[in-house]
Amino acid sequence: MTMNDPRAGEARSRDPMLAIRQLRKVYDGSGRTVEAIRDVTFSLDEGELVCIVGPSGAGKTTLLRCIAGLLEPTSGEVMLAGKPIAGPSPGMAVVFQEYGRSLFPWMRVRQNVELPLKEKGKSPEERRRLVDESLEAVGLRDAREAYPWQLSGGMQQRVAIARAIAYEPKVLLMDEPFASVDAQTRAELEDLVRAIWVRLGVTIVFVTHDIDESVYLGERVVVLSASPTTVMQDVPIDLGSVRSQLETRADPRFGQLRGQIYALIKDAKHQV
Amino acid sequence: MKTIWGRLWTIFLVPVVLFVLWLVVSADSSNFFFPALAKILAAFRDTWLCGSGAAEIAPSLWRLAVGFLAAFAFALVAGVILGSSKVARDYTEPVFEFFRAIPPTVMIPVLLVISGIGDASKIAVISLGCVWPMLLNTIEGVRSVDSVLKDTCSVYRIHGLRRLLVLTLPAASPQIVTGMRTGLSIGIILMVISEMFASRNGIGFTIIQFQRTFAIPEMWSGILLLGIIGVVLSLLMRLFEMSVLHWYEGARERS
Repeated sequence: MTMNDPRAGEARSRDPMLAIRQLRKVYDGSGRTVEAIRDVTFSLDEGELVCIVGPSGAGKTTLLRCIAGLLEPTSGEVMLAGKPIAGPSPGMAVVFQEYGRSLFPWMRVRQNVELPLKEKGKSPEERRRLVDESLEAVGLRDAREAYPWQLSGGMQQRVAIARAIAYEPKVLLMDEPFASVDAQTRAELEDLVRAIWVRLGVTIVFVTHDIDESVYLGERVVVLSASPTTVMQDVPIDLGSVRSQLETRADPRFGQLRGQIYALIKDAKHQV
Repeated sequence: MKTIWGRLWTIFLVPVVLFVLWLVVSADSSNFFFPALAKILAAFRDTWLCGSGAAEIAPSLWRLAVGFLAAFAFALVAGVILGSSKVARDYTEPVFEFFRAIPPTVMIPVLLVISGIGDASKIAVISLGCVWPMLLNTIEGVRSVDSVLKDTCSVYRIHGLRRLLVLTLPAASPQIVTGMRTGLSIGIILMVISEMFASRNGIGFTIIQFQRTFAIPEMWSGILLLGIIGVVLSLLMRLFEMSVLHWYEGARERS
């Protein structure tokens, strides 16, 4: 596959690909302010795959929406390749948890993947190539002409992933993308994410509430506290670059890391 | 999957039975106000197919088409604007509730005074009546566009006209079409009623003429004609629906 390298044409610099600095988000409700995120700082180098995990209600989705530019942080900033972002950036794509609601049911799979490329001003030949390659990458070449609702949940999420990678983002954000698919599909999709990451070298932020999933997927795991959210710890995952559902999960080191993060999250819950 | 014959059987059995029953029961009716169906059918042929009535159909349908389409265009534009803006909705809602509560038929005398007995007043009455279901349904459809789809559009920076065409209108289309269906049936009613008040032509006008001159079989034939027009229009509506909403019905069958 000859997907454009997201790094092509970018001046190499020392800046991390994605930097979140002292991000804070306060919701102003009717007479009641809720501090969802207190202070979150972390960064990703180009080509890193980092998982963000935290107890339920840890403001993970709020954090991801701030990074994606869908929500404006109260203070702090998000930098993409050294530049602060204001609003959704052409350098980012998001895969949402609700696959059934993020694809356009009135469009065929092909059209769903192609739509953002039109907005990006790609030529028809370029669009066709990107659509074909990205559907190939997620194993859905034969489903091009189907409607999303004719596909299973796992396949729908594959379409959403294909749409995101066809967009050729610098950073791919994934918000608990596999939280509502069955366990077997989930394992397949996890391996798909690893495969795409290896193949395309794209920088990935993967938000999840599942500790096992975060350890299995990530090169690093950022552990969040309960709300108001701060970063509890940034845990490097030294499990090697080739992961397999059978062997990696049976690795004693996997168990250790899993236990370490589990303990952190348990602490996080008790601090509230 | 039913065969085509099975479907035709299901669709036509009850109408045909009722028709035959009417034909048989009324065959030797001597009641002046309820003439035999055969007489009505003969009147139908003489009046609407080859008689003077044929020329009365077009003006009615023309006014219905103009009134309905004008109302639809307004409802679509206003519905998209109001559906997208909560502030605009909050300000206009009480006014809409008031106007919606006025039966459009009472506007007929008022409009007659203003615009005379020409086409304009009737078109206005038809529009005024069928705009509300279309407007309110469009507002509701636009308002309830799925938040994840909206986020998806925002992430991929799809804004403005393209967003309207790829997201807002398709997402609202099931509701919009529901409004159109209700609007059309109100429009048909108003088409007839507006012609009954002060008019020089039209189906409603002709029916009233027959009634006043005690041409009872002809009067009945006009009612039959309105029934047929109603069925044909709702069939056209259904075809329109199937072409616009095929994805919606497909998705609904799956879930």
